[in-house]
Amino acid sequence: MTELTELTVAEIRDGVAGGAFKAVEVAEAFNANVAAAQAALNAFIVTTPYKAIEAAARVDADRAAGKALGKLAGVPIGMKDLFATKGVQTTAASHILEGFTPEYESTVSRNLWNAGAGMLGKLNLDQFAMGSSNETSAFGNVVSPWRRWDGDTAPLAPGGSSGGSSAAVSARLCPAATGTDTGGSIRQPAAFTGISGIKPTYGRCSRWGIVAFASSLDQAGPMARTVRDCAIMLEAMAGFDPKDATSLDLPVPAWEAGLNPDLRGKKVGVPREYRLDGMDGEVAASWDQGIAWLKDAGAEVVEISLPHTRYALPTYYIIAPAEASSNLARYDGVRYGLRDLPDGANLQEMYAATRAAGFGAEVKRRILIGTYVLSAGFYDAYYTQAQKVRTLIARDFEKAFEQCDVILVPTTPSAAFALGEKSADPLEMYLNDVFSVPASLAGLPAMSVPAGLNGQGLPLGLQVIGRPFDEQGVLNAGLAIESRAAFHAKPEKWW
Amino acid sequence: MSVDTATVAKIASLARLKVTDADLAAMVPELNGILAWVEQLGEVDVTGVEPMTAVIPNTLRLRDDVVNADPLTGGGIRDAVLANAPAAEHGFFGVPKVIE
Repeated sequence: MTELTELTVAEIRDGVAGGAFKAVEVAEAFNANVAAAQAALNAFIVTTPYKAIEAAARVDADRAAGKALGKLAGVPIGMKDLFATKGVQTTAASHILEGFTPEYESTVSRNLWNAGAGMLGKLNLDQFAMGSSNETSAFGNVVSPWRRWDGDTAPLAPGGSSGGSSAAVSARLCPAATGTDTGGSIRQPAAFTGISGIKPTYGRCSRWGIVAFASSLDQAGPMARTVRDCAIMLEAMAGFDPKDATSLDLPVPAWEAGLNPDLRGKKVGVPREYRLDGMDGEVAASWDQGIAWLKDAGAEVVEISLPHTRYALPTYYIIAPAEASSNLARYDGVRYGLRDLPDGANLQEMYAATRAAGFGAEVKRRILIGTYVLSAGFYDAYYTQAQKVRTLIARDFEKAFEQCDVILVPTTPSAAFALGEKSADPLEMYLNDVFSVPASLAGLPAMSVPAGLNGQGLPLGLQVIGRPFDEQGVLNAGLAIESRAAFHAKPEKWW
Repeated sequence: MSVDTATVAKIASLARLKVTDADLAAMVPELNGILAWVEQLGEVDVTGVEPMTAVIPNTLRLRDDVVNADPLTGGGIRDAVLANAPAAEHGFFGVPKVIE
């Protein structure tokens, strides 16, 4: 029999619907992989094997009764621990939320369960999704299943913040997982682990029930092994939700049915500003290869300019901490989560002690930066200026899309680095998001697909950025790359 | 602009974060490094540019004026609201005494 944990989302869905195997068998197979890898990879904060089995048993019963099955019927998935899940601890990988058990379900996770998916567990992440290596989690680092070819067994970063998601999908602990992306948190970990992931247009997926980091940037999206799987899962996740004031009141397109790798008549923009001085030679070569693949798919390649690209990162590192400092004000030790009440402390002292004990170092750093740039006397110089530059960055993309339909760039400036390699210097870590942040600031759909392996045997990703609402164009260009890259590498099992 | 220990202590107090002197000593150079780096935004000419308010054009909706139109955001769920409180007493959130 086919090894069930090697199957894609589409294959599981079709196999369950066609009776080739039972949904419960699939859930059991993935539960076993999850349990076997937990000690070595630490991809999950909590596992919920019973949830996966319950959902699968419902699907099997529905099929036996001849009922219509959902888009993800029988597909067990991993849920980033940033989505509120009713009755299952939700922590954002922070000590301040340890033990928090939501009384409600996030819209995105509810949509997925309604589509027939089941939950294998809650995936580890950078604390409050702040990080690019999964080293800021209060529940320990996630270790990438990938290792370098040269025999070096130094544990590698799975990327972040959706590092549990990327590690779990690439290690075959789940066929797909949810991610969230604020400045690259779906695309960068996908690139580091040789999987695909798409951040849709801002507003496609409801933010209701997702622990907030930077509300004008946060967007949920799927991470899976193929472009088709991303399309299937995004269809289930997306949709209008009146409970999120920024939710887009638009129908969800049939992205899977619309998949088409033929790019004849399409124009692909290649921005000259992304060609950085001292760029990693293998990353540059993989970008050139991607350009050649899209030409082969029939697209015309045009050089474009995004003149404010170099200002995207500093803009992001004002706006995101500013919003975070405001959003994280809610953790006060009163309504939920941790409380630290020193003897004789008053209310203000309890707030300060609780937050000091509950937040990790990177979270505190961003709260302080955010509080500073929003404080009286500095607000205009930092925050207003950043919001103006953000307008210019978005305008760059608008102008570029007059000349092209999608944009092709690398996802990251390098392949995965080792854990500990960049964690000493916050600025060096921030620079890893250089290629992913601009699309986030402009709210655009963007996807990473695997392009190949570098000389050390580690995956490199290519990023496709599209016009607002044009997830289909992004997915199609991604599919054109996927079919030519023929990326079938997977981490050799050592765990 | 750079920050000194007193400024960081003030920001920490505004952010309701208790910090030790050792924390402050470590944070001052880190924050100055980040602030010096973001300062390059000052060189961008933003004459006549409006600050961004919405990344994707959208209209703000008003919900129907109906009680409990969506039970998930409706009322009458006191116990659920209090379920995760560190100190819930008599149907309220408990906090240290705030008035004498």
